[in-house]
Formats: sequence, structure tokens, C-alpha cells
Amino acid sequence: MPAPLPAERPGEILDAGLKSASELSGLASGRAREVLRALWRSKTFVIGAAIVLFWVLDAIFWPLFVPYDPEGLVSPATLQPPSAEHLFGTDDLGRDIFSRTLAGARPTLTVAPLATAIGVAGGILVGLFTGFYRGLADDIAMRVVDALLAFPLIIIAVLVISILGPSITNVILVIGIVFTPIVARTVRSAVLVERQREYVAAARLLGNSDLYIMFVEILPNITGPIAVEITIRLGYAIFTSATLSFLALGIQQPSPDWGLTISIGRVFLQTAPSEVLFPAAALATLIVGVNLIADGLRQVLEE
Amino acid sequence: MSRFLAKRLVLAFVTLFCVSIILFLVAQVMPGDVGRAILGPYATEVQVRALDHQLGVDRPLLERYSTWLGGFMRGDWGNSFLLHRPVAAIAFDRLYNSLILGGFALLLIVPTSIGFGVLAALNYGKWPDRVISVAGLSLIALPEFVTGIMVLVIFAVELGWLPASSHVPSVNPLDWFRQLLLPSIPLMFVLFGYISRMARTGTIESLRSNYVRTAILKGLPRRTVIWQHVLRNSLLPTITVISVQTGYLVGGLVVTETLFNYPGIGKLVLDSAVQHDLPVLQATVLLVAVLYMALTLLADVLYTLLNPRVRLAA
Repeated sequence: MPAPLPAERPGEILDAGLKSASELSGLASGRAREVLRALWRSKTFVIGAAIVLFWVLDAIFWPLFVPYDPEGLVSPATLQPPSAEHLFGTDDLGRDIFSRTLAGARPTLTVAPLATAIGVAGGILVGLFTGFYRGLADDIAMRVVDALLAFPLIIIAVLVISILGPSITNVILVIGIVFTPIVARTVRSAVLVERQREYVAAARLLGNSDLYIMFVEILPNITGPIAVEITIRLGYAIFTSATLSFLALGIQQPSPDWGLTISIGRVFLQTAPSEVLFPAAALATLIVGVNLIADGLRQVLEE
Repeated sequence: MSRFLAKRLVLAFVTLFCVSIILFLVAQVMPGDVGRAILGPYATEVQVRALDHQLGVDRPLLERYSTWLGGFMRGDWGNSFLLHRPVAAIAFDRLYNSLILGGFALLLIVPTSIGFGVLAALNYGKWPDRVISVAGLSLIALPEFVTGIMVLVIFAVELGWLPASSHVPSVNPLDWFRQLLLPSIPLMFVLFGYISRMARTGTIESLRSNYVRTAILKGLPRRTVIWQHVLRNSLLPTITVISVQTGYLVGGLVVTETLFNYPGIGKLVLDSAVQHDLPVLQATVLLVAVLYMALTLLADVLYTLLNPRVRLAA
């Protein structure tokens, strides 16, 4: 976070920005600082960021905190309720649920960001080109988008993964590929607005190539909608990958992945609800956290 | 207006055509060898070839596609690989069960969410608005199996009020609630978020409009202003959202029907996918897409019929 700036004298910040090496980059970083400050003041964003930060730190550092090996059969007593020895109880194989819940953040927070990255990268490319050039390719691309959106995401994923076989790579690829046209649509509509602006015409007159205009001139000006789209997609990616794990089409045993754990544990629901309850609560907080970030970001950028 | 609808209808057919091509490619081309995909890695080459020939998958791609699509349109959807029964009979049976579950969820949640959405708008910026908005947002975000598991733990395990797995209900209305209430709760949560948000936005917009201000300044009672002027106009966009979200329901059904062991179309999609029952899978997914398109189209028609601006402009 940046050092707190005197909010009552915004002129001074602008002056400082203009005096720096490049006027343009000074203005840009001034805008970025403004956005960061607004985010810091947004309660929605800060709470969401705190929750997500907790799970990200947990996904990286869980080996330091877990009392037991999350995949080890550590207790002869299976399906035990929470106790002093096993804070969240033990599962059907005698594994420690507390350790598994902590360790379960890592698979989710690996799959979802990677899938989002693929979808966003692909979507930016497709969106920039279709929005910039329009024409027949644009029409065809948008029809394909409509066709893809005619299925609920989970049905496409079930269809493709059942045929390719369940694996982490397939889950990442399918979610990433399905996200591509959705992101492309957002990027495209932003590009359609930007390409009418004077700076694009000016860049053309200067003799810049189309690629330069697309990536160096237009792209930096549409980072706002892209940032919002990334956070929204991340939420959906977590949602979808967890659902696929639950349907036994994603990450496989003995991973402590939350969706998978719930899928296995639901058989023992009647006798030991803690096996499903804790991973479900963990997943719920993570997803709500990501959505709070998305919401805060959207509010701030739309102001 | 009829021109607008005709255009929408043509677009829907073009999209469905694209859908059928994508679906065919995914189900028939992506596995590489259909016979091998069904028989598994331990079958001999001869067995695989024989099955390929029997299924007709050794013929050219274009011919297979046109045969399949032609058959689908005539209602001849082929036979299930596993159940050896006509796919159409199975699919419509399951669809009927899903319509009961989905219809039940919609019937309960639509009035509730509109009510809460309007309540939030009338208390714009105050605590009821904050609570309803935050709750709605969180409920949209949660996967159906997470909320489903939570209600299962609370109502089926801890309290023991309702069964943990559901059947198609009998005609007895009490049985409807007993069988359908739990599996429809995860669906209702997601729908609540979307519908209440639309109802809220629509109401806020019409509250700010000139005609509502005129009505208030004219001295009409608050109740009349809200019922006669605000609600009529604010519920238009909500109708569109309801029909689009009905399409979502089909995806949500895959998860809830699996979780509650309910024999609907969502579970059929999942089961046929996992068991590589390709005729069932292809037909049910295309059926889902047709249904979704029809609902979106219905939304457009309703919107045009109810909105005088669109109706008169065209």
C-alpha cells in the first residue's frame, strides 16, 4: 500500500506527478494511486482482500502450520467429531480434517488462477483483434461466443472432461478455453469504444502499425474493465473447478482439495458431518472473498 | 415488432446450428476412437472395429453429422448404449422430473426475491438494503454443492426434518415440500441473488423517474405510487432475468440432482458423460441448449409485449 497522501490537496499530487521524468507516466501513476487509495477506503474491497490474502498465505505456507500430514493416515479412529487432538475431527480414512482443510487451499488456488490466466490472455487477444478489425471474423467469433454461452459452463466442462479424462490439466484448459470468448466479449466492447477516440486516430496518423496501436495504445486504456473481468472470472474459476472436483471430474485422490473432500465425505454425512462441513466453509469464505474484491473494484473503477 | 422477433428467431436457429456442430465435434471427434472410448483400453482391436461399424462411426464425418442432426429433428435420437432403450423416452422422462424440481424452486423464489428486491430499493442505502444486497451477492457466488451440503447437514442430519435423498413427489402437496424443498434450496439461493438485484435496480430507477416524482407531488398516497407507478415499470427487466436464469437452472440441476440423488435431466447429463453413453449425452445436451434458447426467446417476446416503448417503436 502507498504512503497516505494528503487528500485535501490533490493539486499537489498532480504537480509532483507532472514534475517527474515523464509527464504521461506521471499522470498514469497518479490515476493508479487514486484508484489504490479509493480501494483502500472501500470496506468491501478490504474485507475481501483480507480473506483472500489469508487463503493465499495458507496455500503457500500450510506445511508450517499443519499438525499432521494431510494425506497421512494419522489416527486409527475414523470419522471422529472435533476433539482437542484433532481440531476438526478425522475423516473416513483417519486423516486429520484440520490439516486437510488448510492444505486444500493449494490445489484450488493453483487451478483457478491458471485457468483465469489462460482465459484472460486468450480473451484479450481475441477481443483486441475482433474489436479492432470488426468485419466477418468478428461476426463469426461473436456467433461462436453465443453458442458457447448457450450452455451452462458446468455442462460444457462435464462434456469435455468426461471425454478427455479427469485431470488437473484438463480442468485448467477447459475452464480457460470457455472463459476466452466471455473475456473476449468484454474486451471487444471496450475496444469498440476506444478505437473511436482521438488518440487512436493520432497514432494512426503517426504511422504506427496496427499491432502497436492495439497493444501499446488501446490495451493500457482498457485495464479497468479487464481488471474487473479478471476478478469476476477468478470467482467463477474457483466455483467451477470446485464443482468439477465435487463431480469427481477434477482433481483426484488423495489430494485434500475441498471439492473432492466434500464429494467423498458426503457418503458419511449422517455419521460425521465435519468431514464436509469444514471444507465447505473454507470454500465458501474464499469465494465470497474473491467476489467482494470484484465488487469493490467495480464500484471504485465505475466512480 | 414482428420483424424484431423474426430476427431473434433466425439468430436463435443459427446459434443452435453452431451448438450442434460444436457438440458433435466434442462428442464424436475429440475422443478419437468412439469404439475404444466405450469399450475401454482392454478390448481387442477387432472388437473395437466391430463396434465402430455397428455404431456407424467408421463412416465419413459429414454423413454422420447430417444423419445425427436429421434424426434429432425427427425425434429419432437413437438408443442408449447402456440402457438399450430409446434416448428420447429416457430424456423426456428425466426432463419432466427436472421441470417439477425447477418449477417448484421458481414458484417459491420468484415472488420472494422480487419482494426483497423491492424492499431493498425502498430502503435504498439503509440497513435492509445493505443486508439484502450483501446476502444476495454471497448467495450467487456459492457453488450449489456447498450450500446443498450445508442444508443437508442442518435439516437432514442434525434436525432430521427432511430426507437426505429425494424422489419424484406424489400428488400430495405435503410430499412436494418434503421431497423438493431441500434440493431446490441451492437453486433458490443463486436465483435469489440475480432476481432480487434486478428488481432492486429496476425499482430504484423508476423511483428516480419524472413520472414517479409527478405522482408523489400530485399528492397520491405512497401505496398507490408504488403499486401503480413504480412496480409496473420496475419489473420489466426482472422478467428477462427470470427467463435467462431459468436456463442457468439446467446447469445448477446437474449438481443438485447429483447431490440429492434426484432422477432429473442434470443427473442424466452427468451419468451419460461419465459412462460415455454418447447418444444420450449428445441428445440431452442439445435438448438443454434448445430449451435454453427457447427460454431466452420467450423472454424477448414477453419483454416486447409488456414494454410499450419497444412494442410501438417497431
